Amino acid sequence: MSDTTAITKNEHASRTDAATRNEAGQRSDAALMPPVDVIEDSAGITLRADLPGVPKEKLKLQVEAGTLTIEGEVSIAMPEGMEATYAEVSVPRFRRVFTLSKELDTGKVSAEFKHGVLSLRIPKAEHAQPRRIDIKVS
Amino acid sequence: MYRALFARDVFAELDRMQREMQEAFDLSPSIRGLGRGGFPALNVGGTPQSVEIYAFAPGLDPAAMEVNLDRGLLTIAGERTVDLPSGENDKAAVHINERFGGHFRRVVSLADDVDPNTVSADYRDGVLHIHVKRHQSAQPRRITVQ
Repeated sequence: MSDTTAITKNEHASRTDAATRNEAGQRSDAALMPPVDVIEDSAGITLRADLPGVPKEKLKLQVEAGTLTIEGEVSIAMPEGMEATYAEVSVPRFRRVFTLSKELDTGKVSAEFKHGVLSLRIPKAEHAQPRRIDIKVS
Repeated sequence: MYRALFARDVFAELDRMQREMQEAFDLSPSIRGLGRGGFPALNVGGTPQSVEIYAFAPGLDPAAMEVNLDRGLLTIAGERTVDLPSGENDKAAVHINERFGGHFRRVVSLADDVDPNTVSADYRDGVLHIHVKRHQSAQPRRITVQ
């Protein structure tokens, strides 16, 4: 009985620890959520995301353990000594995380990035694609 | 229109709610409507020599964009086509639709000291940067005492 309590306590402690670390991390690098379109057809999923001001080399795409992370840093050439008078884009960073489902083939993701729009294509795994089953009449 | 009736993405909905709250509490909206939340998003800055406007307008054809400066009013207009599957293609489903599509127009009134003959604009990584110089006479000058 007492053993179980100890385990639960430990688990709880480590979880809060992770939570605070996560919170602290988010506070130090706040990010904007880019607007996206997600379209699914029978062969896969197309995702488009608006990431204006992000150069290609500052865009980071990551697929890990069923989650897709899109991260980009805004880098705009500004004249020296410029003072901002009005800003709607107040944070120079975009980030968004998606959970992918099992039937998507994460090994075959293709990406294109043009004029600040990211287009991702995630095909469905071969076995998950719809198949027409022929019925034989004897 | 029907999409608005269904929850698409909790965060998108929260984002929208926050925006509406901000708009409701903004006691001094501009005569051209509520400033924030439009497309494209605008950032404005300045140096003693120039005024810099950044419009965050990704996925546009630079040739189809319209930038006008008339009597101190800068207008950025254009159209963005978002190719979503149409109704006939029943095999495709739109799960999230947050990106802006359609005609847009944003107007900014600039300070009196800008020189309308020196406007330049470039489009890079989906950001339209408009650079307007200030009049020579309006620029700070150091006066030497003799």
